[in-house]
Amino acid sequence: MAVAVVFLPLFAAVIAGFFGRVIGDRGAQLVTCGALLLSAVLGIFLFRDILASEGPRVIPLASWIVAGGVDVTWSLRLDTLSGVMILVVTIVSSMVHVYSIGYMAEDPSIPRFMAYLSLFTFAMLALVTANDFVQLFFGWEGVGLMSYLLIGFWYDRPSANTAAIKAFVVNRVGDFGFALGIFAVFFIFGALDFGTVFGKAPSVVDARMEFLGWQVDALPLVCILLFIGAMGKSAQIPLHTWLPDAMEGPTPVSALIHAATMVTAGVFMVARLSPMFEYASTALAVVGVIGGTTAIFAASVGMAQNDIKRVIAWSTCSQLGYMFAAAAVSAYAAAIFHLFSHAFFKGLLFLCSGSVIHAMGGEQDMRRMGGLWRKIPWTYGTMWVGALSLSGIPFFSGYYSKDTILEAAWAAGTAVGRYGWCLGTLAAFMTAFYISRVMFMTFHGEPHADEETMHHVHESPWVMAIPLVVLATGATLFGFIGYDFFVGEGRVEFWKKSILVLPQFDSLARVEEIPQLVRYMPLIFGLLGIGTAFVFYIVDNTIPVRLASQFRALYLFLLNKWYFDELYDWLFVRPAMMIGDGLWKSGDGAVIDGLGPDGVAAVTRDLARQASRLQTGYLYHYAFAMMIGLVALVTWYLLPR
Amino acid sequence: MIVQAIMFYVFAVLAVASGVLVVSSRNPVHSVLFLIVAFFNAAGLFVLIGAEFLAMILVIVYVGAVAVLFLFVVMMLDIDFVQLRSGFVRYLPIGGLVGFILLAELVLVIGSWVVAPGVPSATAASAAGGVSLSNTRALGDILYTRYLFAFQAAGLILLVAMIGAIVLTLRHRADVRRQSIAAQLARTRAQSVEVVKVPIGAGGR
Amino acid sequence: MAIGLAHYLTVAAILFTLGIFGIFLNRKNVIIMLMSIELMLLAVSINLVAFSVFLNNLVGQAFAMFVLTVAAAEAAIGLAILVVYFRNRGTIAVEDINMMKG
Repeated sequence: MAVAVVFLPLFAAVIAGFFGRVIGDRGAQLVTCGALLLSAVLGIFLFRDILASEGPRVIPLASWIVAGGVDVTWSLRLDTLSGVMILVVTIVSSMVHVYSIGYMAEDPSIPRFMAYLSLFTFAMLALVTANDFVQLFFGWEGVGLMSYLLIGFWYDRPSANTAAIKAFVVNRVGDFGFALGIFAVFFIFGALDFGTVFGKAPSVVDARMEFLGWQVDALPLVCILLFIGAMGKSAQIPLHTWLPDAMEGPTPVSALIHAATMVTAGVFMVARLSPMFEYASTALAVVGVIGGTTAIFAASVGMAQNDIKRVIAWSTCSQLGYMFAAAAVSAYAAAIFHLFSHAFFKGLLFLCSGSVIHAMGGEQDMRRMGGLWRKIPWTYGTMWVGALSLSGIPFFSGYYSKDTILEAAWAAGTAVGRYGWCLGTLAAFMTAFYISRVMFMTFHGEPHADEETMHHVHESPWVMAIPLVVLATGATLFGFIGYDFFVGEGRVEFWKKSILVLPQFDSLARVEEIPQLVRYMPLIFGLLGIGTAFVFYIVDNTIPVRLASQFRALYLFLLNKWYFDELYDWLFVRPAMMIGDGLWKSGDGAVIDGLGPDGVAAVTRDLARQASRLQTGYLYHYAFAMMIGLVALVTWYLLPR
Repeated sequence: MIVQAIMFYVFAVLAVASGVLVVSSRNPVHSVLFLIVAFFNAAGLFVLIGAEFLAMILVIVYVGAVAVLFLFVVMMLDIDFVQLRSGFVRYLPIGGLVGFILLAELVLVIGSWVVAPGVPSATAASAAGGVSLSNTRALGDILYTRYLFAFQAAGLILLVAMIGAIVLTLRHRADVRRQSIAAQLARTRAQSVEVVKVPIGAGGR
Repeated sequence: MAIGLAHYLTVAAILFTLGIFGIFLNRKNVIIMLMSIELMLLAVSINLVAFSVFLNNLVGQAFAMFVLTVAAAEAAIGLAILVVYFRNRGTIAVEDINMMKG
């Protein structure tokens, strides 16, 4: 059954991809959605099986690499962590597939889109069920590739193409660190499969290795290198620049890849490698610092953006920071819990925004929206569910997951934990503010769009509305249903061996001990955020404008994403282009071409031209040449005498 | 002996002199005539050395046929020999140098030449009979027996040359009528006779 | 001084060199070239005959006869070609014959 869950999307992708023209648009949609829905249902049964079993189960599929000390087998590792991830991936993916039937209905390349979505799902499933680093990397690269293909799906748009390349290249930087980490793992542990590595982790705690000429602790180094990969994939500072530009892709893509699944692969990886990270406190500290910083950085930028999808994208970036902050205080369960609930409400938010965009005929700038709530009530309602969940309002799942993270961060008692709590709580204010800003600007107030557009605003068809409802249900109910199992009392039996938490670091156990004020601070901040947004955008519209003009520099700083893109352009892109240009024109052009093909050709031509001057056409010249030859010959024979 | 030496030098000097004049005459007709003189002197040298058959052949063939042929062509081509292109002097130094080197080498070879020991006995086959033969008779003896093949081949060469010369230079004059026997014999009645219905009383054309 | 082989050979050598001169020093016309070739062949014949006499072997003279034959044939063909060339080109100045220029 597990094999079916993982491979059904692959088959669907192959059929839709290669035979799309044969089976038509409808056929492709049916095949892929059907396969994904079946996969999701089977995933639920599989999860029940996993809960019932004792420990991690490994299903080997086929042998891949057997060379030297490397023995890599394609296999499926089934434990709670992978079961949870399978649920997330298949449920959200199937909802996105169904949603895409409606959203992409007028697109000319429907089979290609559905095939890409399904292929992505397969890659993600291969990632989460991996039993060794190499298959993990395969899935990692696979989702990166599909992200590239899907961001650049509308390949006739140059902005989409550049965004896709940017995503891939920035990911690649992270993947380089990841690959180095895998090499280091093999170097230290001598094996690449999780079972062996996790088993040996405690024994190599004191190992040291040489890196760039320095002697460093081995295990933290490995974990940091692997985390660099997670930074790229999960858009943490400084490898975050690709995520906002990835909004060039269609909205279902943003919902699936850049909210729920691909970007969470980094968090999943850290949780999966908890047996290693637990013994590398330095690495966890790095994770925490970066996570916390990203959380507040992204939230601050999100407050100033005007494109509805970009705000939600920065929100994703910020929430991922939360998840990493949780992992940093060994609350991996809380990170995964937040991952699951975030998949629901962020996917919901994206799909709702897609619904809005669809209703507005393609308009994405919030400054040209407004006054929509009566016209698209279902979208309005479900989007509020997502917004409230994100802001951490009680009863919605976001409250349970986000607050657990912050509580665990405080309870850990470490500097990193406190740092994470402070930034996270501040970010909670910003989060609530920006998402409420989105709601108010988009749905309330005076309509800023023209008559024509407003006239065409209509509710989405049921294929688009049903996924919204499903995800909204998840965003509402998942929190308190899953709280106990994921992070509460029942968590040890729930997770079993899939996540390792050393007793001295177990912050989730100490969650009950934190002061009440600390516990309720994020909620207070969240409500403050919503209130502020209400004041700014409903009560008095001019406040934001006045603030922006008064603090113009700060506003521009936030609007331009803290000028990261400009910095990278100056630091990396321009020098790289210069080097590339130089190598191209001088290196390749002048030297290699000049000495090689062009040079050889030119020299040959010259030599031939000079040789042809011997052919004068005059007979007596030829006779003279013969004579000279004769004289030379005779001289040569006479010389010994 | 002294007469021989004098005659030798006379013939030799004349031959060389006329050779020089062949290549440096302005008038091609003069060049041909000097060539004839060179041939004659060479023939004289042959007579002196005892190869009188060859000397006569030289005169008959070379002078009588080849040189005359040259003369014919020179006359026929109607060359404007007043026009002397310069350039002779330009190449004289280098050409002269090369030629002089060749000459020097040839003389060097001649000067230090020694006969291989076994040669005179091996090549003395000609006077085997002990009878004193005339040069012609002796040549005929070996030519038609031992070197028959070469002799016949030489004949073939001449045949080929003759055919080649004809083929190259033959051209049909447009205003000369020629017969084609085959065409004449293949003529049909339709080609030769034309029946014309002449009305009564019309006649004539 | 007794006229020996060397003298004849010297004469032949001089004539040969003159023939060679004639070939590449002449600028006037091709007929001079052909005549120079005849001079060279004459020199070769003198050489052959001289050796034949001084080695008491008639082969040299027989060969000289063949040389004669071939020289005649070659002169005939050469002149035929020349005639045809003149018909086509209208000139036999050596400097104008450079159509084979590479």
